[in-house]
Amino acid sequence: MIDAATLYGLCAALLVGGGVYALIVNPQPLRKIVAFNVIGNGVFVLFGAIAHRGAGFGWGGDPVPQALLITGLVVAFCATALAVALLLRLFDEAGSATLAPDARPPAAPEAGAGER
Amino acid sequence: MTTPGGLLLALAVIVPFVGVLAGFTLGGRNAQRVAMVTIVAGLGIAIAVAAAMQRTGGGLVYLLGGWAPPLGIALRADGPALVMMLAVAVVIVGIGVYACADFGTPAGVREARAPLVFWTLLLAIWGALNLVLVSGDLFTLYVALELLTFAAVPLVSLDGKAETLQSALRYLLYALLGSVFYLLGAVLLYGAYGTLDIALLAARIRPGPATLAAAALMTGGLLAKTALVPLHLWLPPAHAGAPAAASAVLSGLVIKGSWFLVVRLWFDVLPGVLTGPSAQLLGALGAAAILLGNVVALRQARLKLLVAYSTVAQIGYLFLMFPLAFGGAALARESALAGGMLQAISHATAKAAMFMAAGLIYKALGHDRIAGLAGVGRALPLCVLTFVLAGVALMGLPPSGAYVAKKLLLGAAAETGQWWWDAVMQAGGLLTASYVVLVLAHALVPGAAAVKPRALVSRLAEAAALALALCSLALGLAAGSAGVPDVLSGALSPAALGGALVLIVGGALVASALADRLPPLPAGGFAAFGRPVRRTTLVVAAALARTDGVLRLWPVAGLSLVALVVAFGAALMARG
Amino acid sequence: MTDAINCGLAILILALAAWTIVARDTFSAVVGFVAYGLLLALVWVQLHGVDVALTEAALGSGLTGALLLYAAARLRATEREARAERPGLPTRVAAALVAACVTVALGIAVLALPDPAPTLAPQTAASIATTGVGNPLTAVLVAFRAMDTLLEAIVVLFALIGVWSLAPDRFWGGRPGTLHHSDPDGVLAYFARVLPPIGVVVGVYIFWVGADFPGGKFQGATLLAAMWLLAVIAGLADTPPIGRTWLRAALVAGPVVFLAVGAAGVAFAGAFLGYPDGYAKPLIKVIEWALFPSLALTLALIVAGAPQRSAP
Repeated sequence: MIDAATLYGLCAALLVGGGVYALIVNPQPLRKIVAFNVIGNGVFVLFGAIAHRGAGFGWGGDPVPQALLITGLVVAFCATALAVALLLRLFDEAGSATLAPDARPPAAPEAGAGER
Repeated sequence: MTTPGGLLLALAVIVPFVGVLAGFTLGGRNAQRVAMVTIVAGLGIAIAVAAAMQRTGGGLVYLLGGWAPPLGIALRADGPALVMMLAVAVVIVGIGVYACADFGTPAGVREARAPLVFWTLLLAIWGALNLVLVSGDLFTLYVALELLTFAAVPLVSLDGKAETLQSALRYLLYALLGSVFYLLGAVLLYGAYGTLDIALLAARIRPGPATLAAAALMTGGLLAKTALVPLHLWLPPAHAGAPAAASAVLSGLVIKGSWFLVVRLWFDVLPGVLTGPSAQLLGALGAAAILLGNVVALRQARLKLLVAYSTVAQIGYLFLMFPLAFGGAALARESALAGGMLQAISHATAKAAMFMAAGLIYKALGHDRIAGLAGVGRALPLCVLTFVLAGVALMGLPPSGAYVAKKLLLGAAAETGQWWWDAVMQAGGLLTASYVVLVLAHALVPGAAAVKPRALVSRLAEAAALALALCSLALGLAAGSAGVPDVLSGALSPAALGGALVLIVGGALVASALADRLPPLPAGGFAAFGRPVRRTTLVVAAALARTDGVLRLWPVAGLSLVALVVAFGAALMARG
Repeated sequence: MTDAINCGLAILILALAAWTIVARDTFSAVVGFVAYGLLLALVWVQLHGVDVALTEAALGSGLTGALLLYAAARLRATEREARAERPGLPTRVAAALVAACVTVALGIAVLALPDPAPTLAPQTAASIATTGVGNPLTAVLVAFRAMDTLLEAIVVLFALIGVWSLAPDRFWGGRPGTLHHSDPDGVLAYFARVLPPIGVVVGVYIFWVGADFPGGKFQGATLLAAMWLLAVIAGLADTPPIGRTWLRAALVAGPVVFLAVGAAGVAFAGAFLGYPDGYAKPLIKVIEWALFPSLALTLALIVAGAPQRSAP
């Protein structure tokens, strides 16, 4: 039997691969955001497995990567929230949520836009 | 150990962030006032860092909380970090002055959205960039990259239009994919070596599966955030759609953050595991970016998109240093690194100036169609001058920083016997010249009626843009006096002047061969180009533009990123 | 026995992850993602990271799940359009191929990790006494790598500015989210009245014990944020107008105190973010107490979204 760290390390490799696949092929932006989270979880699980390998001194894992994981989770949450907010605003504004580039040229920029 | 003056590195990061907190809390007009104070303070800190490094004659180190790595985090500044820090400070000052005209809170309102967001996030980007430059820890660098992304994305969609919101979302999602790859690499390195500190890693690193996978993933992820071709899907619409001041920050500075991390990684962490093929691959991508970016720039109908594609091309130049540095001769590494850094800071200043000039032209005309620029040369001479000076700086004519950079890189190419990069650089200069000449030709054609500016252009903003362009142009002199040996000798020799002439005339010929719309010039240089020739060259240019369109489709760009990571992994395994 | 649990857990997680990838309907994919997040929390328990498990359950699955579910419900109408954009078979095959390459390379890297594993546990153990806290994660987060935590408190603020920047201009200064009404005698209102007091107590408890036992400010703050959001959705509370100075001050209070303590370290401990001998634990407490409410408020407002109504 393989130990837990290796098992979850390999599980992490599969999560990353699956997430990468979904991020490439799924056209719905919300699914891309979910896929990003799956990749992120894969990275975190791998880090957790690495922390577990470094257990010692009565602790179940190396505390440094475990602490970094908490930071990582918070950052990933912020990224997800910002992406979801952008997506919803895009939907409100355009009535669709596609990422496909439009045939039209991008918006004419406005110096100091938003002051209208 | 902490060196004298090390605290300045912490200040360089913290002071802009304090500015963000203060501006956000006080709100309204105060956000701009706080930004102005912070910009002055930040510039002072950057200069103080330079002075401290001059005094100690070496790098600065600061142990945060007094904890030494691997348990704690160290901030470190070396030569490259210092020049970048100074350049960032100068560009931020320029942008801050320029943006006063666009991002004032209108009268009668306590607080408006765009000014508050712009001023706080401008400082946020500055703090994050300084952190990227001085952090010695791979995880802190990950947080810095995310800070940079979170601060940059809202600037893209500041006008709230559907198109810019879409650009911002594409940018965010692709950048997130890039940073998660970077983090994955950092995690693997921790698993293999038990530290995230750059200096400790550099001493321990050995080729092995985890290390090579980490190197490939981190490089690929950072390239996605830097928008190196073929990973540039998000850049042109995002940089062209943002307000001019924001475009200047994004194009001039933000992409340099992830680029600098590639430099950090390759020069400071990975030298023990790099291979010739991996460096050649990175250079080849750069060459592809130069070709594709420049040609597609020539075919743009709008000035801001042209400038954005010029950034795509200029990013390519920034990666030519890698094959030269890791091509064998150890001596060449120094000059390649110096050339690359110089290239980066000349592009930062010149591109910011170019976007600012384009923004002013847009503001005055109400549009930025290149074909509609006739008469602008007379109406807005200072803006056109700024654009051209910035263009000259990008082309690498003496005494610009890019000229010195090119000389250093050409020297490295000769030293390592890699003539093909010499050819790429020469061709790149010619292509850069072509779109500058094209825009100039359009702007100098007299209009049917005198152009009447629709909006008044702020003199202060014009001056800020011109000053940045002049900075880029004078960088070569600064590099010369800072001890880069005899780089400017022979800059005024007949051969060098002849070279400049060839560049400009050649650029005009290239433009007339590849550009979509030519200015209605009286017969002369342009007409000399035979019609059949132009027919053929246009087919080539159109094919490149189509390639660009395909590369910028999401599934293709996603595939390219992962395929590149795999390719880098393979190239790193190919050791002789 | 543990082997069986771990294998079962790994299989379940992979199956749920696969579901989020292949499910036709986005809403059901997101539901799968929430369940997957809760199972991941169990993985953290198995990997002896109880602090991480709490964070995962509260933030990774809870708040993230709520955000995604809400978005999926709003975006129902775009499903058809998205399906039409699905790339062709060659692209999917190529994507599967490169993804498989990445997985295989990672798998090889995992198997090749050195044994015995390098670890910073000894260094942490050697230095933790000087901080006075019992939970090694707290020592890492607020002492050894305090910079990361300071930056993290700033990251959430940047994210909030980013979310707010998406407000239409006319609503700037207004209240986030739509106004919620619910039947005052309904199930939702009932839960929104009963759960928050319990949730708040648990959240504060998790925060309180965090210095010495698993738990801490992030986990506790997330729980508090969730309780407040529940009350908002049930119409029992309303989001504050974003222009209020008190709100801004409350949001930045945590990072400001953290910065102030860090700056005091320059004078009294010889380094930014350093603690003078013997004062480490009380100063860490001060930072945590300041960060806790600011974080709860920031996280809650990030989820609440951009202003969508004018303030009355």
